[in-house]
Amino acid sequence: MTTDTLTRDPASTVPLSQMDVSDPKLFQSDTIGSYFTRLRREDPVHYCPESAYGPYWSVTKFNDIMQVEVNHQTFSSESKLGGITLQDMQSGEASLELEMFIAMDPPKHDAQRKAVSPAVAPSNLVLLEPIIRERAGFILDSLPVGEEIDWVDRVSIELTTMTLATLFDFPWEERRKLTRWSDVATATPETGVVSSFEQRREELLDCAQYFKGLWDKRANEPPKPDLISMMVHSPATRDMPYLEFLGNLILLIVGGNDTTRNSISGGVLALNQNPAEYRKLMADPGLIPKMIPEIIRWQTPLTHMRRTALMDAEIGGKKIRKGDKVVMWYLSGNRDDEVIDRPNEFIIDRPNSRHHLSFGFGVHRCMGNRVAELQLRIIWEEILKRFSKVEVVGAPERTLSNFIRGFTRLPVKLRGH
Amino acid sequence: MPTVIFIEPDGAEYPIAVKSGTTARDAAVNNGVPGIDGDCGGECACATCHVHVDAAWMSRAGMAEPGGMEANLLQFAEGSTENSRLACQITMTDDLDGLMLRIPDGQH
Repeated sequence: MTTDTLTRDPASTVPLSQMDVSDPKLFQSDTIGSYFTRLRREDPVHYCPESAYGPYWSVTKFNDIMQVEVNHQTFSSESKLGGITLQDMQSGEASLELEMFIAMDPPKHDAQRKAVSPAVAPSNLVLLEPIIRERAGFILDSLPVGEEIDWVDRVSIELTTMTLATLFDFPWEERRKLTRWSDVATATPETGVVSSFEQRREELLDCAQYFKGLWDKRANEPPKPDLISMMVHSPATRDMPYLEFLGNLILLIVGGNDTTRNSISGGVLALNQNPAEYRKLMADPGLIPKMIPEIIRWQTPLTHMRRTALMDAEIGGKKIRKGDKVVMWYLSGNRDDEVIDRPNEFIIDRPNSRHHLSFGFGVHRCMGNRVAELQLRIIWEEILKRFSKVEVVGAPERTLSNFIRGFTRLPVKLRGH
Repeated sequence: MPTVIFIEPDGAEYPIAVKSGTTARDAAVNNGVPGIDGDCGGECACATCHVHVDAAWMSRAGMAEPGGMEANLLQFAEGSTENSRLACQITMTDDLDGLMLRIPDGQH
């Protein structure tokens, strides 16, 4: 980069007092990185007094983020205070007052999380592994070699949707409904996924109605290890009010869909951008388990989580006031060179690669992290068996969102062995 | 140097001698004991270093403080029992020489 482009880069010229990192376009164009680099250097805990989402703090360094994560007594996830994203959960006239355990504080959070976590616990995943592997193989075997295809649609979405349908024991032929509901749940009208908040509301109510049918069916059957049956039969969740039922479903759908999907695509892109790493992988497929956490760090499929201060507090020397909105930018913390060596390099055999922020920490740490790692490990093992290269042949298209860091399209060609 | 002994679900034992003051989590991670990931770096924030303290050692290795962060996290860990601890919260001393920690089945 020349000095000329550096000086014209808005990330380095905008006055700090006006720096607002919430614009979804900065994420879609993948230009957000230089803004975070500057904040980590010049103002690691940064106050933005005015934005489309109101005033908010940005916490950009790894250790400061960790401090917020583990202090749930001070930094609340409660949906009625705004919840867990920069965009307040319960805002807008057509919003649904959804409740989900990711946006609750203990003790209610604890009871609901415990009710569903066995579905994604290691002992259940051992049973799932052969099913996921068979389906991954089926997906890959159906792809044409040497022709341009969209990896996002054909592989990333397909695999995560199949896994989610398995976890829910969802009607197989209708599984793409899960993909649609996941997209709708995180969409705003500007993304084009829905045309209005009213449409979003209608579709999510359809989702609730559909699941209500599955719920009633499970209630009349003996308990099984799928997520719906677990919720139906657990005292902590069986009498949930309607909007809490819908909220927790959406949490599980988005959590299981929109995240791993983008790490699957992001890994393909990262290996293409770092051909020496791709060669290293081909030479030693035993590196896959070490590579998976590095892909998840590199992609950081959720850019942030947000908290609301329940009392005055201090982070990195800054005074946070009761009621303030505090955004932990995982995407920035995962590039913090004080904690991660050479953070801007994608290194598949990075020592200590598990030490990243993408799953969060503390009581809200990602419940499905092992399912995510399992799917990524399996898909890469099966890819290496079949193809010498998944070659990116065009520019990726990225998601318009300051929360989901993902891809809507990734054109690739497959090369056989 | 006190020794901590990690016992895998299949019965395999990993005895590791460490300097007094080292946590059991660091002893495991720095010596490649399978099943102890310690993702958060030993900050009591992820529960990926869950162990079951051998019954004979419970009085000396202690229990997770009720209501504290360690107990908060352990409630979500698979196979959590009253013998459960996070290895990052056990600091090795001469008094704990020979401590036996069992790694739960399927920590991965």
